[in-house]
Amino acid sequence: MAEEKKYKKPLPRIDEENKPFWEACARHELYVQKCRSCGKLFYYARGFCPEDLSSDLEWVKCSGKGTVYTFTVTRQNQSAGFRDSLPYVMAYVELEEGVRMLTNIVGCKPDEVKIGMPVEVTFEDATPEISIPLFQPTAK
Amino acid sequence: MSIQGKAAIAGVYEHPLRWAPHKTQYQIMAESGRGALEDAGLTLKDVDGLFTSGVSGMGIVSLAEHLNLNPSYLDSNSIGGSSFVSHTGHAAAAIAAGYCNVALILYGSKWSSDRFAIGTGGAGGGDPSEQFENCYGPTTVGDYALTAQRHMHEFGTTSEQLAEIAVVTRRHASLNPLAKFRDPITVQDVLTSRLVSSPLHLLDCCMISDGGGAIVVTSAERARDLRKKPVQILSAAESCYHTSAGMRDLTDAAAKQSGPTALARASVAHKDIDMAMVYDSFTITVLVTLESLGFCKKGEGGSFIQNGRIGLGGELPINTDGGGLSSNHPGMRGIFLVIEATKQLRGECGERQVKDCQLAFCHGTGGTLGLRHSGASLVLGI
Ligand SMILES: [Zn+2]
Repeated sequence: MAEEKKYKKPLPRIDEENKPFWEACARHELYVQKCRSCGKLFYYARGFCPEDLSSDLEWVKCSGKGTVYTFTVTRQNQSAGFRDSLPYVMAYVELEEGVRMLTNIVGCKPDEVKIGMPVEVTFEDATPEISIPLFQPTAK
Repeated sequence: MSIQGKAAIAGVYEHPLRWAPHKTQYQIMAESGRGALEDAGLTLKDVDGLFTSGVSGMGIVSLAEHLNLNPSYLDSNSIGGSSFVSHTGHAAAAIAAGYCNVALILYGSKWSSDRFAIGTGGAGGGDPSEQFENCYGPTTVGDYALTAQRHMHEFGTTSEQLAEIAVVTRRHASLNPLAKFRDPITVQDVLTSRLVSSPLHLLDCCMISDGGGAIVVTSAERARDLRKKPVQILSAAESCYHTSAGMRDLTDAAAKQSGPTALARASVAHKDIDMAMVYDSFTITVLVTLESLGFCKKGEGGSFIQNGRIGLGGELPINTDGGGLSSNHPGMRGIFLVIEATKQLRGECGERQVKDCQLAFCHGTGGTLGLRHSGASLVLGI
């Protein structure tokens, strides 16, 4: 008999453009992309540079550190997975590398989250193949 | 080529129902179309352009079949709640180009009686960006809340100021016999309503209703001979705004691009506008849109909306029908922005009539402020 699925939140659909990002996450490493042609750094993962459509890209390993740019404490979400984790904090984190990414803030009470708060990446292993990058308050 | 002076709104109709479990979506659209054509003094046989959104991928073809129409121009451009504002501009352009003569724009929805969880259901789309978002639990309310929180942080905007928008809108709704919520509310009522996704409270959010509406657009020349005083479509502009590859400013909206463009194309200034219909999915949507449109400076929206400025009798009355916050919101509200502005310009609004209303601005927002959205602006005049 199949074991009941523990992870109920939606998983990213892996495709040819985003695969390297999620493979790195599975190793608990956070990467963003940089265009060798124009130098632009960007997030989320793409197969081309969103500035000049160049395919000459490199992956830049992030420090994993950043600050909270904005957030919301969600108290109502009827969908599977999130219904059980209310209230949860959804936030944009501005990485040290300069780009902002949507994420969840974990490891503290929702009402402790503030804009500007230093955070660092942590990973939740959703499946053997997929780990989700989350952020928690930076260890003192 | 400009559309100015080429096309006019000849008929409008707002379906009176806010709860329609006994009707189908297509029936609501047909009834709305009948109402708008009657308003214009035209018949279905005159229609050669069909516009809709919120139907299935090829739903516009099914809609034409359902109405037994064979239009020569079709547009089911779907950019969220702003779609019908966009359609009005597209219809004017199609008419100016001679591609059709009488355009019928239809909307119908049963999102309330179908129990569609618009604001607090989960996302689950297959778009590239969504693979980096859906795992974090975005909800419509939560996405807008991200913008609200940042706006408060940067500019000192308060929950009381956001609440004021809901209070004024409710006051307008109390003068609209069709509005769903008509009992007055106070700032305190908004602040003590439950937090759905901080900092947005329940009364900062639009309702979910059933409903629909229709607009008839024809050439300025033909509109002159029809039943009602024509409302000129002076200009239209569109835009979209998104995460900008991780670099965006969350306190701006698509309105910043389409708003000034629409004003410039109509050769009018902010001070010339007598009333505005501003998509009010949430109170923060109104505040950020007014700033982005340029009715006030960025960051000053909180003080701009105070002291009766956006209420009837104020400098810029907005959402005189009660908006999505108090009148109706069947999921995509853009069509009602155009319908109410048209009625105001014709002087048909009774107790909620804006005095000497000659120029109206409509701005639709489709999608979500915190992630990605579209903007559609229109300048209408009499
Ligand atoms: Zn580049």
